[in-house]
Amino acid sequence: MDKKIIDGNLAMIEERKDFIVCNKKEKGKKIKCDSQSVAGAVSQRACVYCGARVVLNPITDAVHLVHGPIGCAAYTFDIRGSLSSGSEEYRNSYSTDLREKDIIFGGEKKLTAAIDEIMELKNPKLIFVYSTCVVGVIGDDLQAICKAAEKKYGIRVIPVESSGFVGSKSAGYKAAGDAILKILELDGNSEGEKKGINFLGDFNLAGELWIIKGYLKEIGIDVVAHFSGDSNYEQIKEAPTALFNVVQCAGSMTSLAKKFEEKYGTPYTKVSFFGLEDIRISLRSLAYTLGDFNVIKKTEEFVKKMEKETTERLEPYRKKLAGKKVAIYVGGGFKAISLIKQFRDLGITPVMVGSQTGRPEEYEIIRKLSDENTVILDDANPSELERFMREKGADMLVGGVKERPLAYKLGIGFIDHNHARKHPLAGYEGAINFAKEIDLTVNSPVWDIIKKSGIGIE
Amino acid sequence: MKDKNCVDVNVNPCKMCMPMGACLAFKGIEKSIVVMHGSQGCSTYVRRHMAQHYNEPIDIASSSLNEKATVYGGEANLKKGLKNVLKMYNPKTIGVVTTCLAETIGEDINRILKDFMIEEEISSEDLTLVSVPTPGYGGTQFEGYYLAVRKMVEKIVEPSEPNKKINIISGLMSPGDIRELKLILERFGIEAIILPDVSETLDSPYKGLEFEKLPDGGTTSNEIKTMSGSLATIEFGVHSREDHSPGEYLKKEFKVPLYRIPIPIGLENSDTFMKLLSKITGKKIPEYYVKARGRMLDAMIDSHKYNGEGVAAVFGEPELVTSISSLCLENGITPRVISTGSNIKKIKAFLAEGLDKYGDEIVVLEDTDFETIRAYVKEKEVNILIGHSDGKYIEEKEGIPLIRVGFPVHDRVGAQRQVTIGYDGSMNFLDILTNTLMAQKYQSYRDRMYKKYYKEDEDIKEVTA
Repeated sequence: MDKKIIDGNLAMIEERKDFIVCNKKEKGKKIKCDSQSVAGAVSQRACVYCGARVVLNPITDAVHLVHGPIGCAAYTFDIRGSLSSGSEEYRNSYSTDLREKDIIFGGEKKLTAAIDEIMELKNPKLIFVYSTCVVGVIGDDLQAICKAAEKKYGIRVIPVESSGFVGSKSAGYKAAGDAILKILELDGNSEGEKKGINFLGDFNLAGELWIIKGYLKEIGIDVVAHFSGDSNYEQIKEAPTALFNVVQCAGSMTSLAKKFEEKYGTPYTKVSFFGLEDIRISLRSLAYTLGDFNVIKKTEEFVKKMEKETTERLEPYRKKLAGKKVAIYVGGGFKAISLIKQFRDLGITPVMVGSQTGRPEEYEIIRKLSDENTVILDDANPSELERFMREKGADMLVGGVKERPLAYKLGIGFIDHNHARKHPLAGYEGAINFAKEIDLTVNSPVWDIIKKSGIGIE
Repeated sequence: MKDKNCVDVNVNPCKMCMPMGACLAFKGIEKSIVVMHGSQGCSTYVRRHMAQHYNEPIDIASSSLNEKATVYGGEANLKKGLKNVLKMYNPKTIGVVTTCLAETIGEDINRILKDFMIEEEISSEDLTLVSVPTPGYGGTQFEGYYLAVRKMVEKIVEPSEPNKKINIISGLMSPGDIRELKLILERFGIEAIILPDVSETLDSPYKGLEFEKLPDGGTTSNEIKTMSGSLATIEFGVHSREDHSPGEYLKKEFKVPLYRIPIPIGLENSDTFMKLLSKITGKKIPEYYVKARGRMLDAMIDSHKYNGEGVAAVFGEPELVTSISSLCLENGITPRVISTGSNIKKIKAFLAEGLDKYGDEIVVLEDTDFETIRAYVKEKEVNILIGHSDGKYIEEKEGIPLIRVGFPVHDRVGAQRQVTIGYDGSMNFLDILTNTLMAQKYQSYRDRMYKKYYKEDEDIKEVTA
């Protein structure tokens, strides 16, 4: 580790030092990751509930009922940009809104009554019941209540084990995967001839799923079910009839894909539709996995045509962006990998790369793709982000909502790569939007004005 | 009238949790930071909500309780959290804000904090730890806010010599509002201790590489200490419980006269505030405000007919809802739906005089949710929504414009500098309401009239055919 960086001016927590490496290709210590956040470190991570809700929320016709006090449901009410072609039910946020007396006497009765009310009000086919911290402590029997409700109404009521303290956001992804498997256990259709694919780990932010589905249609690949962007109960049930699973957001969906394989023998492959290189690799991988010559031919034609078009449209941006430096801090390691490639393609150098929940194998790839002396860090906090952005002279940060004001206060650009964004970043269209967004932020006149006129005034 | 469609389920919350309110309050204390004692997610949700509203970096630490800590107690986590925060931020005050989890497992926070100070050999001169019990199930952000300020006062205030200052408990105002408040006091020539003071901390100027993680500004500990010697306390907030009210504590313990008044939005509420400042200090209301009041009256007359067609739904934090409803009532905008997610049952009584002549036309909903508000918005034929961003769902679904005010505002910029208090602030805010009503009427005017009145003349059509 670079001594200068560790002993800099900004104080750093001793325990956090193992989570940060300064990239050396050959030797160099292993990065610590996949661990619990350090108390008081001001981690950017969320909780188990958040992980579960993020993954399941885009299921459009489900009622999402949070069993707990109001906060958890309040902070997740219609905050994401997942789009639906059908029901809008998922945009609502239901809560049992537990109060003091419920904590003392238990919340089971209230949960049962809440489900009864929801049935009277909305009569859905599918309800997810999320457990929260306090429910995990007082020991409400979610399983039993959900089971009883299923029996009473003949619908699916799925408990999601998402008490905040049982792990990190990744544990929430797993809980969401388990919830989906519970649907399939009873209702999954595994009859008949297998065809098409399932698309896992796209949340249809700004219509990204629709864009990718369009590409797949073009090259002749059918999509059976998508998890979980623009999906619904009926569609999920058909998932076992697919030939294989395609996993995009690896962080959130790999565990589901693995269990799916165990249960139905459906193999999975990881893809990414962020950036030209990854789109090409992904489409080809799908075509060759299917092994249909016609599909392979169409894929090659499609990729060639789209790359030519997109490259032309990206050219003016390349000129304006080449030589810039970027700091990357995103949720999952797989996304960070895609971003590194995408920035490089535009002539931009990543100088800091980190993620909230990256895994060891992902960090290995990140190290291989990164230059010497790139700072690589897991579960970073604002102090670390600030320090390395300053030291490395980053021109911009790519991250989530919480990180945005920090970048701006330090006088550098920011790319919103989060679930609240309102424009697609996936696919060829997304690659252009991405370049456009970088250009908008790093080449804004505001930075010139600050440089020219300074901060103070005499 | 029912406050909720459903008894046992809240559909689309119109409230947040207690820890959120406490975090908002601590942001107004000089060089302070919050450590939330609970699982990691609570701090992250609060940070995200605040960062998006204020467009400022919001750093809140968490004791990051895990399964083991939940079973065997979170003391070690909390102490480690405090230590790490001290190292990274060097704060003067740390707010230790509990969560559902910490309260349910029953942590003895005050004992832990006392031990921490001794073990780490920290003098109370260098660091103040203020703990606030804020289980998410104990109330909303409204209760959390006042309770946090109350705990600060209980912890920090000391007996002191009488001074000529007045205490102002500011309530959930924007940084822009607090700056306006300071301007009012300056024009009066009054010295005040404003608690909390978020005017600089949640809307800090750009400083480039001089950026500091804990920005300058906020009420200082020394100021808080001497609140016991002030002439009087003005507490913006008429709804909070007596045992949550910082002013009640100062009155009880130090005999500081207390005036609890509504946030000064609207003519009458602004009058109340101005007269009170004058009464407490013996100073004359500055000429500027005599004129500002006149200008506001002039504006109210100019726009009264447009406002008269306004039918509003007001929602959000109860103090803001109360004051904005007053502004509406003064201007003939009928607030047919007055609503808050907090369970206080006091708004109706407080606005009684203004509401009387409307009878059943106006519904006051407390402890409610957005699903219920939406149902009443439709039933009462509301044409303007006034409240925070979470009303956007109704705006989108019902096609009714939403004027964003309060917290959180996530889908527009500028919430941190929005000014709605005093004559000037109220008038500007009223203009926004009036202009929205005018735009609605004018933009659809030609089309509406055409569709309503134009009939093709069948006879003429036949003849020409």
